[in-house]
Amino acid sequence: MMPDLGKYAFAVLGSYGATALLLAGLVGFTLWQRARVKQALAEAEARLEKTDVR
Amino acid sequence: MNALLIRDLKLAFRAGGGFGLGLAFFLLVAVLVPLGVGPEGGILARIAPGILWVGALLACLLSLDRIFALDFEDGSLDLLATAPLPLEGAVAMKAFAHWLVTGLALTILSPVLAVLLNLPAQGYPWLVLSLVVGTPALSVIGAFGAALTVGVRRGGLLLSLLVLPLYVPTLIFGAEVVRRGAEGAATGVPLALLAAITTGSAALLPFAAAAAIRVNLR
Amino acid sequence: MSIWEYANPKKFMQVSGRVLPWLTGLAALTLSLGLVWGFFFTPEDYKQGSTVKILFLHVPAAMMAINAWVMMLVASLIWVIRRHHVSALAARAAAPAGLVFTLIALVTGALWGQPMWNTWWEWDPRLTSFLILLLFYLGYIALWSAIEDPDTAADLTSVLCMVGSVFAVLSRYAVKFWNQGLHQDSTILKVGESDPLDAAYYVPLVVCIAGFVLFFVVMVLVRTRIWIRARRLGALLARERMG
Repeated sequence: MMPDLGKYAFAVLGSYGATALLLAGLVGFTLWQRARVKQALAEAEARLEKTDVR
Repeated sequence: MNALLIRDLKLAFRAGGGFGLGLAFFLLVAVLVPLGVGPEGGILARIAPGILWVGALLACLLSLDRIFALDFEDGSLDLLATAPLPLEGAVAMKAFAHWLVTGLALTILSPVLAVLLNLPAQGYPWLVLSLVVGTPALSVIGAFGAALTVGVRRGGLLLSLLVLPLYVPTLIFGAEVVRRGAEGAATGVPLALLAAITTGSAALLPFAAAAAIRVNLR
Repeated sequence: MSIWEYANPKKFMQVSGRVLPWLTGLAALTLSLGLVWGFFFTPEDYKQGSTVKILFLHVPAAMMAINAWVMMLVASLIWVIRRHHVSALAARAAAPAGLVFTLIALVTGALWGQPMWNTWWEWDPRLTSFLILLLFYLGYIALWSAIEDPDTAADLTSVLCMVGSVFAVLSRYAVKFWNQGLHQDSTILKVGESDPLDAAYYVPLVVCIAGFVLFFVVMVLVRTRIWIRARRLGALLARERMG
């Protein structure tokens, strides 16, 4: 199944690997940020609900 | 307008005003590079245009945050923004004052440092000319960067990060003028482009800088 | 019904929330189809050997690195002219994606250049321009994160983006002037000329480009949603402090 990359295997595999790593990093960072903000927002909303006397 | 210019110049020359600092930095670059690269005259002559331009650029960068930061802290920037003088004019004047104490001073010092770097004799007039034409752009672009970061505490590093990419075209054309001049080639094209950058930024960037200051004072 | 309706954060959250799952799936499908096709099922080039497979990463990433900046410029202009918060936040959301695309273009370019040009790095106009573009992205992101007030930050970064665009174009020409370069011209727009890109490469390349575009759209939507929530969080905390 694996195509024969010949003498350029390192360049090709490295490129695909680096790209996958960078894209995954971006996605992971985004998801992490999203979870953090979502949680903080939920906490703040819950807190305000409780203390909101108006 | 003149009063503003004179005030800025006085502040710059006062102790701790940063006038000598940029020049000393420029001198240091010209001394340290040969120490790092080695004393071989041929190599130094080849890299001299680039080193002198990079040195001038970095020396200019050193005093940029002073353009607005001190006035922002003591509130005189608010006064300037509400004064009858348009803020754009005030920005242009402040950039001009910055140029007088850094760009012009560096230009005058540069032939001396060129001796240290073994610049070929025919490169000298081009070095001085390119710095006279190009350093105003450095001050105006720098004033824009300073206006963006004036509200940021300890914004010096951020300022460098914002301003250095904007300096790229000026640096390329400026150093190219000197390089071609030192080799005795025609310098008309890069010199004209350098002048175009300077006049273009001097005409347009004060507006962007003034807009940024207004946002920061809001 | 006008497009500006989506500039309302609430409306934007509703619609993007509904569209996102489908769009994410489509992006993942297109991207993996394009890359698997490019990696496994394309022939070797007679000159470049198997390194031609890097094309499917390098070209879309480089295109999107520039397009992301253009999108940020448009979003900044919309913010400055019409003061839609979503627009400013979308510009902010696009920046990290653009940065990553620029990095991919540089890294794959270096990996390709090593066997082809015998050097990892060459001060070639295109390569140098991308390095400068990387600096622009870094500066833009740094300015966003340095300023606390969201409106001030949006205004200042918009100004930076506009001025930066002018200087980025200037740098491009300055760098071209400074060195003529090794990099071959773009092959995509040259269909019909003497040395066109073979269909065996062209079709998967188009799929890859579509995949990168979709990926970028998904990233921008997700990240814009993050910043809208963060803005709301900031407003809530401010109200809490006020008592």
